[in-house]
Amino acid sequence: MKLVINGQEETVELQEATVAELLRYKKVEMPEMVSVEYNGRFLRQAEHETVRVKDGDRIEFLYFMGGGMAG
Amino acid sequence: MNLTEEQIERYSRHILLKDVGGAGQEKLLQAKVLIIGTGGLGAPAALYLAAAGVGTIGLVDGDTVDLSNLQRQVIHFTADVNRLKVESAREKMEALNPDVRVVTYPERVNKDNIAAIIRDYDFIIDGTDNFPAKFLINDACVLSGKPFSHGGILRFDGQTMTYVPGSACYRCVFNAPPPKGAVPTCSEAGILGAVAGMLGTVQAAEALRYIIGKGRLLTNRLLIFNALDMEYRQVNIRRNPECPICGEHPTITELVEAEQPICDLRSRYHA
Ligand SMILES: [Zn+2]
Repeated sequence: MKLVINGQEETVELQEATVAELLRYKKVEMPEMVSVEYNGRFLRQAEHETVRVKDGDRIEFLYFMGGGMAG
Repeated sequence: MNLTEEQIERYSRHILLKDVGGAGQEKLLQAKVLIIGTGGLGAPAALYLAAAGVGTIGLVDGDTVDLSNLQRQVIHFTADVNRLKVESAREKMEALNPDVRVVTYPERVNKDNIAAIIRDYDFIIDGTDNFPAKFLINDACVLSGKPFSHGGILRFDGQTMTYVPGSACYRCVFNAPPPKGAVPTCSEAGILGAVAGMLGTVQAAEALRYIIGKGRLLTNRLLIFNALDMEYRQVNIRRNPECPICGEHPTITELVEAEQPICDLRSRYHA
């Protein structure tokens, strides 16, 4: 399916997937530290397991950026 | 307030801008901006705000200048090593522009002092480098209805957003500080000095535009850039109804402080 991830259109080799599976597919490090915006709405951490992505969805992975601590 | 001949000359390149003009410059001279942290972000912000003629600039930082700060904290010079950062910064700002009154707070913000420190200011710049301080600044500004600029940097990356009462806040995006121990190391991950300058300068421009009241602030948007590939992008954000401080059922109604890992205490403002 085609998704818009971090502003870029991408074809992902997944038929159907939860946000958590997409995070794994994208090899996102420390997924519990990522804030996910799904079609304009921020997901609760627990929703990563339940929300299913579909063709055309827009997903942003936002990372903590604080300075020296986020090593 | 009337600009003097000397001020008209000093600020002539502002006054030429139709969105600033004499009236905008007078607003700047009467404005009060607080910069929390005079490190990588606060240093360029302080210099640009002083140069711009922001009448009162507060500086909050309990740290002293370290040799390893000079790679990016451009307001501090080699001879300032071991001096209080707020003193070192004040000296440069006053030398740059005698129109500016610099108020120094040689301390860290905490849940007990922050409300009193921000009270007198029109706009706050978060130039800290650690999450407990960033969340505390967000919470204090939301609870007291103060606009502020959030900024974060890491390695070659930076991100920034602006809050004004009614817009999305930092907790709308990032619910809570990262849990203690979730972060692999307390040592600095490194930062390209110029990235700090890029981001701190964006924050200064937000403060100036807020005061002048022109243009579109970085509200309800997160500006993210990567200076390794020099790519910028914007993420639209909106108020999160589940936000713990500005949402429909807020759970944070007074200031709290997140736990600070011991080894990070020394480097609170080293961003
Ligand atoms: Zn919020």
